Amino acid sequence: MTTGRYHPGDRVRVRDAYPPGHVRTPYFVRGHQGEVQEYAGSFPNPEELAYGRDGKPEIPLYRVCFRQSDVWDGYKGPTADTIVIDIYEHWLEPVQ
Amino acid sequence: MSHDHNHEHGHDHDDDHPYQPDIEDFPFTERMLMTQAVAELIVEKGIVTADELRRQIELMDSREPGLGAKLVARTWVDPSYKERVLNDVGSAAAEIGIDIGDIPIKAIENTDKVHNVVVCTLCSCYPRMLIGLPPDWYKSRAYRSRTVKEPRKVLEEFGTHIPDEVEVRVHDSTADLRYIVLPSRPAGTEGWDEEKLASLITRDSMVGVTTAKSPDVS
Repeated sequence: MTTGRYHPGDRVRVRDAYPPGHVRTPYFVRGHQGEVQEYAGSFPNPEELAYGRDGKPEIPLYRVCFRQSDVWDGYKGPTADTIVIDIYEHWLEPVQ
Repeated sequence: MSHDHNHEHGHDHDDDHPYQPDIEDFPFTERMLMTQAVAELIVEKGIVTADELRRQIELMDSREPGLGAKLVARTWVDPSYKERVLNDVGSAAAEIGIDIGDIPIKAIENTDKVHNVVVCTLCSCYPRMLIGLPPDWYKSRAYRSRTVKEPRKVLEEFGTHIPDEVEVRVHDSTADLRYIVLPSRPAGTEGWDEEKLASLITRDSMVGVTTAKSPDVS
């Protein structure tokens, strides 16, 4: 099984892009940095499926963990609080 | 009916008794009409039969939180089973006779250091095959938008206080996975069998807006 280009522990940034269409990457996390927690399998691209195409090739999906205080200005809660979001590989960029 | 109305006389009997409106008495939304039209078309075109459509709805409606509770209770008494659930919910559920279908479900475990809560900000993704249809609040805009942003406040509104030393971890199921929380086994349940333990595991505890019931209040 292919596991994609990212591995657990890799720092990644979510693309800060706003293309039209059916996109599964939530707005609130675009442009933010997180850490790859795990590879969650590869799936047909939902942005293609939404328009009746086959979504091939399948795209690796990752569970990416973000610190709440990095995502939200003025987050009310301990800095250890996190949010884990499922993000497809083409929405992620490596962070050096 | 204790008495007959003679509708032919056309008298207004609004003051007679209130009546329960039928489903059709509410205006159809565009989406309701669209759903109906698509359902009719896929049957008409022979993609699925009316009976297959009915059976699928019946299957979905037969799913209920007791299935998830059975799975969680087993993880409480059998650590190797818990490992299998954490690795692959589908095959672990099949071991106890539950078919979760084609959509992968991921189990996330509460510990004394982490409390997990699930939301789908984009729509209403939910582990239906294990716990049935989602409650209305799960689909509401308020739950979906606030749980990611102020989870502790939302949890407090559900009556759930998570101490600051415990990390709150929100899972936004925006893509191809569904999530079920494995709540922690409450203290005071030593020696309980699986069936009795399952009675402490509610729908809401598997979404993560609360914990498993305590044995003294159940």
